[in-house]
Amino acid sequence: MIIQIILSFFLLFALSRVILQVRNAKISIGAFLFWASLFIFALSGVLDPRLTSYAAQVLGIGRGSDVVIYISIALIFYLIFRLSISLEETRREITELVRKIALEQPLTKYPPGKRKANK
Amino acid sequence: MKKLLVVIPAFNEAQTISQVIDSIPRKISGITSTRIVLIDDGSTDQTAEIALRKKIVVVRHLINRGLGAALATGIQYARLTRADYMITMDADGQHLGGDVKKIVRTLITNNADVVIGSRLLNPSGMPLSRQVINFLSNIVTLLLFSRWTSDSQSGLRGFSHRAIERIKINSQRMEVSSEIIRELARLKLAYLEVPIKSIYTRYSLRKGQRISNAPQVFWKLILQKFA
Repeated sequence: MIIQIILSFFLLFALSRVILQVRNAKISIGAFLFWASLFIFALSGVLDPRLTSYAAQVLGIGRGSDVVIYISIALIFYLIFRLSISLEETRREITELVRKIALEQPLTKYPPGKRKANK
Repeated sequence: MKKLLVVIPAFNEAQTISQVIDSIPRKISGITSTRIVLIDDGSTDQTAEIALRKKIVVVRHLINRGLGAALATGIQYARLTRADYMITMDADGQHLGGDVKKIVRTLITNNADVVIGSRLLNPSGMPLSRQVINFLSNIVTLLLFSRWTSDSQSGLRGFSHRAIERIKINSQRMEVSSEIIRELARLKLAYLEVPIKSIYTRYSLRKGQRISNAPQVFWKLILQKFA
């Protein structure tokens, strides 16, 4: 089927990106394992749909495609949560930097051209 | 020798900042020196310049980081300058100078770690929408941090040296008010509330907490609680 070929190419492409990212040390080993297993599992499901039907049977869900949707939604929620946390971390780091610069040079005179080091 | 530091976090408050600085009492019983620091949170108007003309210290954030970030910078400045007491007050002109004295007096005479000026112990004059926002914020703070306060969102607060040294602020924005309550509970700080009066103008209402901020504040508090 055409959809199987398109999805397989897309998932192989995604997998190659993950491998490239870990080789360039852009992601941790943990993140690599997580994303690689996710794409390999998805690829196996695309190539052999019986796998998702088996998973549906084990989990007590009617159809294989439903399992994929449920798991995808749960994963997306989890990833948004993780993304929010990491965004907060980045914001915090920027604030730390802004604070450090601000406290090193409090302003005491008008016009505020000259700055005085904190004692 | 007891040193008081008044911290005013401000973002584009050129309209009111001069009046706010003038309203702060310089002589307070039990205090030998009163200093004021304006934490200019990346204002693009004349806020910092006006404050400097008033001969107070300005600590300037290069970019806007939010109320929580500005308060945390104020706390850090209080540590660096070894303040014995610290007062935080809003820059929108809603607080009265007389209430600063009241909070310092309560800190000293009751040996409290934190004193919060509560607008809701006597809410006359407070718009109903504000009362509702504050009540809901108190409920959220209670649910997340198990501590009830009559005005968890008040900007007029007093801190002892012990509290200044121990309180840790992670919030960047409006959620800081609830985080301070969390810190009171976490550090088991001795805490008191005193009634204060607030002046509500169209300007201060536009600047303060809005119901539209609520989902974002709530989400940030959830992240803090569970992340």
